[in-house]
Amino acid sequence: MSKPIVATTSLAGCFGCHMSILDIDEKILDLIELVEFNKSPIDDIKTFTKKCDIGLIEGGCCNSENIHVLKDFRKNCKILVSVGECAIMGGLPALRNGIPIKECLDEAYINGPSVQHNPKGIIPNDDELPMLLDRVYPCHEIVKIDYYLPGCPPRAELIWNALVALVTGDELKLPYEVVKFD
Amino acid sequence: MATNVQDIITKYNKDKTRLMDVLIDVQSEHGYIPKDITKEIARELDISHVDVEQTMSFYHFFSETPTGKYAIFLNDSAVANMMGRQKVKETFERETGIKFGNVTPDGAIGLFDTSCIGMNDQEPAALINGRVFTNLTPFRVKEILRDIKDGKAVEEMYSAAFGDGENRNELIKSVVQNNIRKKGPILSEDYTPGIVIWKKLPEMTPEQVIDEVKKSNIRGRGGAGFPTGLKWEFCRKAAGEKKYIFCNADEGEPGTFKDRVILTERPKLLFEGMVIAGYAVGATEGIVYVRHEYTYLKNYLENLLQGARDRNLLGKNIGGIEGFDFDIRLQFGAGAYVCGEESALIESSEGKRGEPRDRPPFPVEKGYLGMPTVVNNVETLCSVVKVLLNGGEWYAKFGTKDSSGTKLMSISGDCKYPGVYEVEWGFSVKDILEMAGADEDRVQAVQVGGPSGSLIGPDEFSRTLCFADLATGGSLIIIDNSRDLLTDIVLNFTEFFVEESCGSCSTCRNIPNMMKLKLEKILDARGIAQDITDLEEWGKVLKVSRCGLGQTAGNPILTSIKNFRHLYEEKIQKDKDYDTEFDMAAAVKASCEAAGRIPNLN
Ligand SMILES: Cc1cc2nc3c(=O)[nH]c(=O)nc-3n(C[C@H](O)[C@H](O)[C@H](O)COP(=O)(O)O)c2cc1C
Ligand code: SF4
Ligand code: SF4
Repeated sequence: MSKPIVATTSLAGCFGCHMSILDIDEKILDLIELVEFNKSPIDDIKTFTKKCDIGLIEGGCCNSENIHVLKDFRKNCKILVSVGECAIMGGLPALRNGIPIKECLDEAYINGPSVQHNPKGIIPNDDELPMLLDRVYPCHEIVKIDYYLPGCPPRAELIWNALVALVTGDELKLPYEVVKFD
Repeated sequence: MATNVQDIITKYNKDKTRLMDVLIDVQSEHGYIPKDITKEIARELDISHVDVEQTMSFYHFFSETPTGKYAIFLNDSAVANMMGRQKVKETFERETGIKFGNVTPDGAIGLFDTSCIGMNDQEPAALINGRVFTNLTPFRVKEILRDIKDGKAVEEMYSAAFGDGENRNELIKSVVQNNIRKKGPILSEDYTPGIVIWKKLPEMTPEQVIDEVKKSNIRGRGGAGFPTGLKWEFCRKAAGEKKYIFCNADEGEPGTFKDRVILTERPKLLFEGMVIAGYAVGATEGIVYVRHEYTYLKNYLENLLQGARDRNLLGKNIGGIEGFDFDIRLQFGAGAYVCGEESALIESSEGKRGEPRDRPPFPVEKGYLGMPTVVNNVETLCSVVKVLLNGGEWYAKFGTKDSSGTKLMSISGDCKYPGVYEVEWGFSVKDILEMAGADEDRVQAVQVGGPSGSLIGPDEFSRTLCFADLATGGSLIIIDNSRDLLTDIVLNFTEFFVEESCGSCSTCRNIPNMMKLKLEKILDARGIAQDITDLEEWGKVLKVSRCGLGQTAGNPILTSIKNFRHLYEEKIQKDKDYDTEFDMAAAVKASCEAAGRIPNLN
């Protein structure tokens, strides 16, 4: 049997969840034995080259590009997993959700104390730029998500165990410490 | 204005634990509590301004802005809506030219929604400047508004005759009806006030009193059903220089109104019960926490308390028992369902926000002002008088094995005879439907125990009312097949919990609202199968909330999914297993406008 294929991406996240994947240390060698990677920052494959079995999503959706990528993942992966607080709930980026987007943009580009030089009061508007969404959306509001791994980031061990469980079909053990945070 | 406030503060001895009373008096005198007054109160009571503000902002009937010369609070309970509230509301709005939540520009009339005011047997009902108006119709609303225009005092605005029994009492004068349909030991006229205090207590030790109560097997009538004798014993044994007896007359569970009837018709029985409790646990002070909606009974109850003092049924050496001192005062609430929870009730009585405490310690160990405190429901305390009068064994003969005695049921909804029924435990729902004159063929559901209880269908009507089967604080709402169960009942109840959560626990603060949105999505035909399972799963999480409010806030939805699943299933989209509500065009509109670019939606 060929190895299951995994894709990963970071949307509106901080890459902390990806760092946590790498935190499995030497088990990374086992990981490569266990699965094959396709589109992912880990191997720098930029576009899907084949259908995948598992997609790991870090981060929620704050702009139009995130939406496209997420939909692309849904199309190309049999199973999608929201990894971490940002993917599940919007996380830190969602702190802006209570503030109208215009106010956010004004603060960032026009009136904020860190704005050094913007005499024409321009808010970036190039067509190449992704369009900002009115709020940060958790992934499951955009596409169907099959599993959720909580944490900020989820511990390396949890991500590892979840991957192994998905690949082997064994039940995932979720000890209390893994999902209880305060 | 300022001198008035001074008078009020002095009346309560500048005691910061009486902040509720100060605020209630100011609100009632001025119609609102502006900032300069809250500052003055803070200064005089020697507490921070935030302390005053946080208490004030917690309660529904305190307002920082004027509520109108005539403040009209129209009940928004499910039964009020079943009985025609919508038309009444529309008439108020049309005739005054304002929407609910506002005050007319001339400051004359304010219109506000309010949670169940304990009048489910005579809805639609409203409070106008604290007085109750029942059985409202669009016509009656026009009359009332005409009287308001004529500048009549609220007391003069009743057109119908006063209600029955003591509702006509000079000190009450209200149109509220008792609607007593069936009497038992508690509602029976056969009662001589003070008889236990004079004839029984002098011959009994406190321990013997507790033993007798234990023998009766009586359990609390407030909902939780804790054995009363045991509660008293815990309190008696707890260490504390002072002990307190609280009567819980908050009666906030929508659909419950039996305590209102007891407070009107058998208040002496209640006071005697509190004296007995005081004797049993060694308490010296009793406090009746009465919900704000029953303020119309204040003068009447206070007069009776004075009468009891005059007859040595309260005060010093009560009933001739040397050293037995006990007095009772009333503590009014200001509109918060959660204050019925015993520790929230205590917090509120100490002048604070009505937020439940972590338990343990339980009130019997550390209650009011940190002292051992018994909190009992009105009906529990009344029953105890009969227990002592006739013996615990006599009492235990009523009812079923695990639920002794009688229970006052508040019956409302679609039936001929809504009102209060004192029945033995062990009656079936079917029996009650028959008694209340409900057309059984048309009844589609019964809500047992208010929103925190359960919604059951006809196949469960043979179940019996008792702690072992269908436990209830006493409310039964009958719903016939002309109603839309999910919209009229389940959504209304869920909104009630959203409104009444105290906000301490993240579960109870958020999940009921999320469940409400999901339910609306389903009602709007946008739901999918997953939404139903989500509701079930989220409901489970609510169980970790600190108090009963959060723990039961999912019940309207959970019990209706359990017993009426088809109502949900027929509304969801069958062909979809996932449905995004996301709309890219809408989501990027504002940011593109701000940046001055044309959205690229391909
Ligand atoms: C949200 C909430 C509201 C409550 N409301 C009332 C009430 O209005 N009246 C009442 O007697 N008990 C109410 N209770 C129950 C009280 O906490 C307490 O159990 C009861 O007053 C104890 O008296 P009992 O042992 O005589 O029943 C409520 C509980 C909760 C959680
Ligand atoms: S969940 Fe935490 S670690 Fe992961 S992307 Fe969000 S902020 Fe970073
Ligand atoms: S469960 Fe709700 S009402 Fe009770 S303490 Fe928590 S937030 Fe307050």
